[in-house]
Amino acid sequence: MHISRRNLILTASSALAIGSICGSQANASLVDEHTSAFTGGAELGTGVIELDAPEIAENGNTVPISVSAPGAVSIMLLAAGNPVPAVATFNFGPLSAARSGSTRIRLAKSQDVIAVAKMEDGTFQTAQATVKVTIGGCGG
Amino acid sequence: MISRRDFLQLAMSTTAIYGASSFGNWGKLSAQQLITQDKLLEFETFGNVSLIHITDIHAQMKPIYFREPEINTGVGANRGKVPHITGADFRRFYGIKDKSPSAYALTFDDFSSLASTYGRVGGLDRVSTIINSIRSDRPDALLLDGGDTWHGSYTCHQTQGQDMVNVMNALKPDAMTFHWEFTLGSDRVNEIVGKLPFAALGQNIFDSEWDEPAELFPPYKFFERGGVKIAIIGQAFPYMPIANPGWMFPEYSFGIRDENMQSMVDEVRAAGAELVVCLSHNGFDVDKQMAGRVDGIDVILSGHTHDALPEPILIDKTIIVASGSNGKFVSRVDLDVKNGQMMGFRHKLIPVFADVIAPDPYISNLIEKQRAPYASQLSEVIGKTADDQTLYRRGNFNGTWDDLICDALLNEREADIALSPGVRWGPSILPGQEITREDIWNVTSMSYPQAYRTQMTGEFLHIVLEDVADNLFNPDPYYQQGGDMVRVGGLGYRIDISKPQGQRISDMTLLKTGATIDPIKSYWVAGWASVNEGTEGPEIWDVVENYIRKQKTISLSPNNSVEVIGT
Repeated sequence: MHISRRNLILTASSALAIGSICGSQANASLVDEHTSAFTGGAELGTGVIELDAPEIAENGNTVPISVSAPGAVSIMLLAAGNPVPAVATFNFGPLSAARSGSTRIRLAKSQDVIAVAKMEDGTFQTAQATVKVTIGGCGG
Repeated sequence: MISRRDFLQLAMSTTAIYGASSFGNWGKLSAQQLITQDKLLEFETFGNVSLIHITDIHAQMKPIYFREPEINTGVGANRGKVPHITGADFRRFYGIKDKSPSAYALTFDDFSSLASTYGRVGGLDRVSTIINSIRSDRPDALLLDGGDTWHGSYTCHQTQGQDMVNVMNALKPDAMTFHWEFTLGSDRVNEIVGKLPFAALGQNIFDSEWDEPAELFPPYKFFERGGVKIAIIGQAFPYMPIANPGWMFPEYSFGIRDENMQSMVDEVRAAGAELVVCLSHNGFDVDKQMAGRVDGIDVILSGHTHDALPEPILIDKTIIVASGSNGKFVSRVDLDVKNGQMMGFRHKLIPVFADVIAPDPYISNLIEKQRAPYASQLSEVIGKTADDQTLYRRGNFNGTWDDLICDALLNEREADIALSPGVRWGPSILPGQEITREDIWNVTSMSYPQAYRTQMTGEFLHIVLEDVADNLFNPDPYYQQGGDMVRVGGLGYRIDISKPQGQRISDMTLLKTGATIDPIKSYWVAGWASVNEGTEGPEIWDVVENYIRKQKTISLSPNNSVEVIGT
């Protein structure tokens, strides 16, 4: 998926991003905690969210991530391997034309980026993508 | 991938796509030990469109020797699949007779003795003869350059790519995509591309600040050939800022971007394209995966991983053609396109046997013009190989050229351990052959050549090896970068390629003492081709030249310091 500059600015102005990336040890239980706080323990479906992340980050300090989920009222982004996994939560009003958001995040190491979306009908969706952060070198 | 047998059956049992490779014919010629220019170029013109593919020339304008890999391990779904078969397995798979011209061109065994029989390969003046021959059959054939063209030799470095630009322009390509070109730095790339008389394509070349398509590199170009509307879509090397120094071209971002590839295919189809060709520098396994994910590409012309395959492989309805490297091969693909559909193809991988194919005198002259100002520098003899010593590089682990470079680093930079990049370019040297300055530059030339000397802890060395190993052996091709394993000197290790990152490398040993590498101890490490800005040290070609000059005759002891398991 390609997001043009114009779309990016539109989505940025229609979404409220809350992010913080620093702190101590991340673990699976933190990701579970965030997810259950967001979903109230509801079951997670798949197939609706389009999560666009590079397979290998060109620069781990600023990794472009785009997420889109038609019919979502809220999308939460988590970086499972970061000390503090919570990256951003995008909230959409009923008049939001596109239910999508883009941001750049810092990834401490290779890890999964996870998106969880709350849909208008109250159900939840998820998607994830593995982003490799490498020290590089040695191309063919 | 489907096996060759399945492919041939499929080819006969479907009306939508049928194919014919001229390889069977070539194999028969080989069996007769008979090669002539006419036979090499023989091709029954087919359909209404011809594509000519050449890729990964690495600035090799003159004929060279080039040994194909002995070890090229496939992982995950690609384990044991083409192109990850070598030597006798490769010959059996394609029905190639031992010691035949095809065996010499495509496999590694008996390399030095077959080289003395069949001679050098490549040379852009010979390539020109092949292109002219195809154009005399089909005047509007498209010539497509897969990139890694403006890098890899003494003259290319001295002229900042101008020698290759001048010679390639004379061959009149129709389009090109990119990789090492960007290591000339973005100013120089922009300068050359701005004046290029053909299309510079890359659907995945983006502006890094805005993450929008870069204006200088359109995603695709339309051509009208044989009454067919053809779209050529470019795909540059996806991992340039990671595999090469991103600080040299900070304005650009890459990535595979297969969603955008799908959008481009849909866009050109909507605009009436009847044939969609992707000119790719992804590498073969990445191209296979992309062909399975993106609908509507008819042909992928694959570059980067330097594989030379006598037949295309078929993924869904996409054929993938791999055309080797260093000017050693040219692929011709004839296509029959009717009513917006590829109905069939005929393909031939043409080996450029330099003693068999007559040079095009106009191009020979042009090549000599580029080289003339540097003639005395190029031809100076620095040393020679012993009578049983071949120098080569291709393969997943150290080749003998790499061993020599690592020895040079250990001795000239007084280090415990040497690291040398696992690149796939660089011609071979036969036993008893003189080694000239040009030969040394052919395996070391680059724009970030500083041979650093630094201290690394055992733990950091382990991280480096694990990181590079995952770039080669990650089971998902989209997480691979397409180079080979970093070459090491003074260090032994065991690698289990079936394990995940962090668990592949064990038993690291400092060879000079036999001691196990201590994670907290620091070691003096010499290496080159660091992607970090501000790396200091002498240029690698001087380090290697000084070492060879002292040795006079190169004779290396066999390198058994890397134990590979889990293949």
